[in-house]
Amino acid sequence: MTTMTAQTTQVYSVFIRATPEQVWDAITKPEFTMRYFYGSELESTFEQGASYKQWAPEREKLWVEGEVLESDRPNRLAHTWRSLFDEDSAAEEPSRVTWEIEAQEGGVTKLTVVHDQLESAPKTAASVAGGWSYVLSGLKTLLETGEPLESA
Amino acid sequence: MTFRSRILECVTDDDLVFRALADPTRRHLLDRLYERDGRTLTELESDLEMTRFGVMKHLRLLEEAGLVATRREGRQKLHYLNPVPIRLIHDRWIDKYTERQVSALANLKSELEETA
Repeated sequence: MTTMTAQTTQVYSVFIRATPEQVWDAITKPEFTMRYFYGSELESTFEQGASYKQWAPEREKLWVEGEVLESDRPNRLAHTWRSLFDEDSAAEEPSRVTWEIEAQEGGVTKLTVVHDQLESAPKTAASVAGGWSYVLSGLKTLLETGEPLESA
Repeated sequence: MTFRSRILECVTDDDLVFRALADPTRRHLLDRLYERDGRTLTELESDLEMTRFGVMKHLRLLEEAGLVATRREGRQKLHYLNPVPIRLIHDRWIDKYTERQVSALANLKSELEETA
């Protein structure tokens, strides 16, 4: 198999046994994100134009910074994304993350995360490529069982 | 079985994922998307000795299993590899078994240390 070159548009989706409102809360409230998103704490009012900040545990470091582009609870949220994990990523152009939440039949919600506009952010593209699967798996487990993944 | 009921089945069951992976052509398609995704059907069928209809059928099974996500861009339908179902299998099954091995080793260690 050839090695993966980081994709400039990345699409991740998962079906979750929860309502769209519950999924929205899980992606916007810090008490949830701390339990599945690498322990990170979100800070944003989630109004269009508001800042989006993702803090490392204990607010030791700012991991991600962005701006809310679209906010339509509980259907759609888009924000810019600038990784501040390291100097190389921080020097890159901001990319964009869009969360699409769609109710399905049978009390199930489909959550799709599109991370795109990564053309000028190759380090970020490579660093988030494995992370989103882990995050969405943890989010599903948390919403369906009330417990974070054991390895989290 | 309707398309929708198959989607619902995939929520409660990993069967669709395992079934989708149990075919060399479908694994090949996933490998192509792993190298570079956001591809059209035309691109994906180019190195397969199979009819367009056959490739479409495989892609549909991958999409129903959640392993392929599609997005419309203008008039094109682009295919993306969605690794989340594989991650779910990893987190729910593989971690569980490795954990058991680790705890077995931990028990062995404590037993040996007690008798030492």
